[in-house]
Amino acid sequence: MRTILHIIKKEFLQLKRDPKMFAIILIAPVFQLIFLGFAVNMDVEKVPTVVFNQDNSKTSREFLEKFRGNRYFEFVEQVDNYRDLQSHIDNGTASLAIVIPNDFEKKIARNEVADIQAIFDGSDGNKASITAGYLQKIVGDYSINILKDRKGKRGRFITPVGQITPEIRAWYNPELTTRIYMIPGIVGLLLSIITLILTSLAIVKEREIGTLEQIIVTPIKPIQLILGKLIPFAILGFAAVTIVLIAMNLIFGISPRGSILFLFSTTLLYILSTLGLGLLVSTVSKTQQQAMMLAIFVIMLPMTFLSGFAFPIENMPPIIQGITYLIPLRYFMTIMRGIILKGVGFTELWFDVTMLFVIGSTVFTLSILRFKKRID
Amino acid sequence: MTNRILAIIKKEIKQIRRDKRLLFVLFFFPVFLLIIFGYAVNYDVQNVKLAIMDNDRTATSRKLIRSISSSSYFEIVEYYENDKRGKEILDEGIAKGVMIIPKGLEKDIYSGREKINVQILIDGVDGNSATIIQNYSLAAIYAFNNKLNQEVSQKIGFKITPPIDLKSRFWFNPLLETTIYLIPGLIALILIVTAVVTVSLSLVREKELGTIEQINVSSLSIFELLIGKLTPYVIISFVNAIIILIAGFILFGVIVNGSYVLLFLSTLLFLFASTAIGIFISVISDSQQVAFSLATFVSLLPATLLSGFIFPIESMPEIIQWSTNITPAKYFIVALRSIIIKGTGLQAFWEQWLYMFLFATVFLLLAMIKNQKNLKNL
Repeated sequence: MRTILHIIKKEFLQLKRDPKMFAIILIAPVFQLIFLGFAVNMDVEKVPTVVFNQDNSKTSREFLEKFRGNRYFEFVEQVDNYRDLQSHIDNGTASLAIVIPNDFEKKIARNEVADIQAIFDGSDGNKASITAGYLQKIVGDYSINILKDRKGKRGRFITPVGQITPEIRAWYNPELTTRIYMIPGIVGLLLSIITLILTSLAIVKEREIGTLEQIIVTPIKPIQLILGKLIPFAILGFAAVTIVLIAMNLIFGISPRGSILFLFSTTLLYILSTLGLGLLVSTVSKTQQQAMMLAIFVIMLPMTFLSGFAFPIENMPPIIQGITYLIPLRYFMTIMRGIILKGVGFTELWFDVTMLFVIGSTVFTLSILRFKKRID
Repeated sequence: MTNRILAIIKKEIKQIRRDKRLLFVLFFFPVFLLIIFGYAVNYDVQNVKLAIMDNDRTATSRKLIRSISSSSYFEIVEYYENDKRGKEILDEGIAKGVMIIPKGLEKDIYSGREKINVQILIDGVDGNSATIIQNYSLAAIYAFNNKLNQEVSQKIGFKITPPIDLKSRFWFNPLLETTIYLIPGLIALILIVTAVVTVSLSLVREKELGTIEQINVSSLSIFELLIGKLTPYVIISFVNAIIILIAGFILFGVIVNGSYVLLFLSTLLFLFASTAIGIFISVISDSQQVAFSLATFVSLLPATLLSGFIFPIESMPEIIQWSTNITPAKYFIVALRSIIIKGTGLQAFWEQWLYMFLFATVFLLLAMIKNQKNLKNL
């Protein structure tokens, strides 16, 4: 125990001497959270729209009036030919063009079907389909108004049966903002990156500089060395999480709805697996350069893309979904979002907690075994 | 001068070649990751899990359920009986939404009531998916209304027409696949990470091992040193870029609609800018650990989150929009999307080229100035 404490002290001393590293570990995450927290937003709003109104009638203007004050659309220009319309979409100055043909008013007056053409920049499929949904709603509401007008004039029912009105409500996040979903994810991502950077270089650095041999010839046991190396990083990881959680509350007004104690105990479980992974990288690498490339390509990038952080796992093909079960951040992401946004606890999250424990202890044991073998 | 630069390039290439494991990681992983991520990154929401509480239990309510489940958008996972279970279903994530059909639905429909509320509760945690699910359910119910209307009105010999027909056309990507939009971002990310991380270590390693002093006392100028260090990595990354583009074409059918020459010139400019960041990090760091952390925080995270790859830059607050300029990936992605998806020419992205060029120049200059100072301190 004393030996472990000595190593812990030594690691902290080393860190204190390297103020740049210290700043990176404790201050950078807060800046990252602020910048990234404001950046992670997929809300589709103020879609730049051009209008080609060939009809220029009272009715067509009345229809366009419906877009005014709507936060989803922003008219950038009225065009009067297709060439201008196309150049707007090509150059990305508009993502939507609405074309109203010149017989719009006439057809509506005659109870015929009037066309409206909508041309979307489809390159961002997600944005285009959401925009199309908004547009559909405006056109649908306007159509119903026309029908009601006709019904009023004719004095009889226009529809023979009743209409179902969907009453949609979103739970947990009624405004459907995307930021609130992403921020707990960023906390998880930052924690993984910090602990990984620290541990993946821990052993290989001593090896490259040649100090590992000095440690090996001392009576320190491998397990003591590893614990002594990892405990400071675990403490730093915790400190970073606490700072980031406080910042999340102060800056974005998001505070966990569920138990904070549960949040911290699962964080401990999660740190176990990231430290284990980092250590594994450190023991299999010969140089720091190798360790970094492995840490980034084998661990960090897959964590970012396969954890469900930005891309929903349900949308992935089955094989890739299978791979995501190996990514510890996947479980931690679900847990963080569950505790922070839904306020749920162990009853709902037992599977993820168990998986985190299984993966964490396996990786950790593996890395210790691997390290022992190398030393012997 | 060129001789000395060539000598450095040769030395650097020799050093890289000696590290077989690094070479493997450098060439194998970018392609491997593109394959896996290419399949993983999409927002094509399908088979939304839905649970239903049918309080009506009539032929009509069953018809409504059938009409919803017959589309590929929804998959009904459970029928449940009481509100408590509904909450459980959402809390535990068993379904993404629950639909509550009110008692008396059939009666209300055939008595011609104007507003019959069918409640749909959606798990809103993931705002983006929830918005899409919301659109799907609106469309599904409107479609059901129309179908029923038409059926009944046909029976009583009365024709109704909708007053407006909205004809939507989606340019460049008619099927609204999200993968094709995200792959350019993935390419940019993988390239910038490879370039910045490898380069950022190149000088700092010499510092840590002490060989930098030997270089300092030689007759090499800083400019020669930096260019010599940078070139091999630009070449490696460029080869990488070509492999990735070929893989993207073969696996994901990413067809380049525009000019290949523009595509390669853009890639070259982007790699130039990325390696310049790497050089700058290398100059300001004292240890490989610091360089690694800086490289991750400067390349990996911004290229993922601030570049417009995943989160649209227009949706960010003004200040953050301004801060997105710290990553050249932002410019490269715009250029790449224009060339690959839209097939537009230089007029759509000449600004991006200019930015990338400025970016590279500024960072190289900063690195030179900083390095000169260090030399004087020695």
